[in-house]
Amino acid sequence: MSRGGDMSTVQVTAGVPMLQVTDVWKAFGNESVLRGISLDVRRHEVVVLIGASGSGKSTLLRCINGLEAVDAGTILLDGEIDVTAFKADLDKVRRRVGIVFQSYNLFPHLTVLDNVTLGPRKVLRESASSTQDRARALLARFGLLEKAGDYPDRLSGGQQQRVAIVRALAMSPEILLFDEITSALDPLLVGEVLDAVRELKSEGLTILMATHEMSFARDVADRVCFLNRGVVCEEGPPQQVLGAPREEATRAFLAHLLG
Amino acid sequence: MTEAETAAARAGSTPYVDPARVRYRKRHAVRSAAIGILSLLVTTAIVVAVVVRTPGWPAVQETFFNPEEFAASFPELVEAFWLNIRIFLIAEPLILIVGLSVALVRRLRNPLFLPLRLLATVYVDVFRGVPTLLVILLLGFGVPALDLQGAPDDVLVWGIVALVLSYGAYVAEVFRAGIDSVHPSQRMAARSLGLSEWQTNRYVVLPQAVRNVTPPLLNDFISLQKDTALVSVLGPIEVLRQAQIDASFNFNYTPYVAAACLFIALTIPMTRFADWLQARQRRQRGAGT
Repeated sequence: MSRGGDMSTVQVTAGVPMLQVTDVWKAFGNESVLRGISLDVRRHEVVVLIGASGSGKSTLLRCINGLEAVDAGTILLDGEIDVTAFKADLDKVRRRVGIVFQSYNLFPHLTVLDNVTLGPRKVLRESASSTQDRARALLARFGLLEKAGDYPDRLSGGQQQRVAIVRALAMSPEILLFDEITSALDPLLVGEVLDAVRELKSEGLTILMATHEMSFARDVADRVCFLNRGVVCEEGPPQQVLGAPREEATRAFLAHLLG
Repeated sequence: MTEAETAAARAGSTPYVDPARVRYRKRHAVRSAAIGILSLLVTTAIVVAVVVRTPGWPAVQETFFNPEEFAASFPELVEAFWLNIRIFLIAEPLILIVGLSVALVRRLRNPLFLPLRLLATVYVDVFRGVPTLLVILLLGFGVPALDLQGAPDDVLVWGIVALVLSYGAYVAEVFRAGIDSVHPSQRMAARSLGLSEWQTNRYVVLPQAVRNVTPPLLNDFISLQKDTALVSVLGPIEVLRQAQIDASFNFNYTPYVAAACLFIALTIPMTRFADWLQARQRRQRGAGT
């Protein structure tokens, strides 16, 4: 298993990785999903996870956010916060790690603006006026300002997912996790959400995303990790992993994906 | 339709419907209305004719629908009905508080609260199982007889307490179902933002849960409005007891019918409101994806 710590092609800050996943195991019942997976993400790096359904992408992201408890291994945030400690302060972890889900999961009883400001107001205890100003600015940047007063069910899937991204962003997270955020979308709406992710990359956000959008991965990723049976099977720059994969499993997966 | 008209319809945003089809639809609507009205009139006429012809009708009319009796008893009944309304207005908020608290206690996961959780479960099991009338009798006659220090000896208080306990158990289950009806992904999304368990309940789960159970809650309110009459067994002169007094005075049951009218006058608007609310919620859900 290779480790991505010192890839020469990745132009990211040296020093302690933003995220260090070391030998993490996770099973549901008798079904082992993560089998000793290790993975680093450096500051300002965009890492894309690819792999078949069930390869452990979603489970890994949920473990990093503390939404699932690992069975073994460690997940270190910024070299200091151990997400996997028995008594970890997960609320503190989640303040620094944003996650966006495949199914948006916006709060249907709140307006777009309130969806975005709920976290900053209640978790970061910021004043209502300052969070609203910031939320409006964020919404404007993603072309959603005119939807601020609407309820989520009035929005298209693409708009809802962009609101979900803004909601995560409003917490000023140090790393963003994207869990197949375009998989539930109408193909015509995928582009606008991916554009939002490009925008985030251009601002230097640290991103770990699971996706099936290979052309997007090739375009935007600093590094691609192919997950197979709960471990990183192959990783490297997108041109190499997607263009000239070394592992047989990677080749099989890509061939299958391309039909 | 002319070519120009067709072109205009295609270009504009006004929908185009074949004039023949418009006429057909209008005819159809008029005919439906006419059949409905006619059917209603005929059915009413038959029912009236049959009822009035029955040999017992004059006696029924005299005993149940006597206008003089109605007019004579009505003012007193309205006054007595005010007590029912007050019982309802006091009991209802308390029921909501008890119901919501019990539902929340039953969801506590901290092992420290195990006794509280067990208590809540036993409470719901017991008070859903015992008839409300029985609870009213037990508390209304039983507790004052204990002569407890500091306990109020007004039977009305205990009647209200009995209603609150009995309905609180039902409403707790309604709230619990409402909380369960909120999809787990909502809880997950809230926690992922760093909201605590309590904040997640307060700002994300409960608002949705309450909205989901508003129609069944209103249903329980309507039921409670009627069950305020059960307190009459303890002696307070509410509308049912007043009607009983009036009825036994003249051996005429019209006061009962008058009391029934008062209840209906209160419950029908409430029922319509519940229906409207439910329909609105369905529309809103339908509008979503």
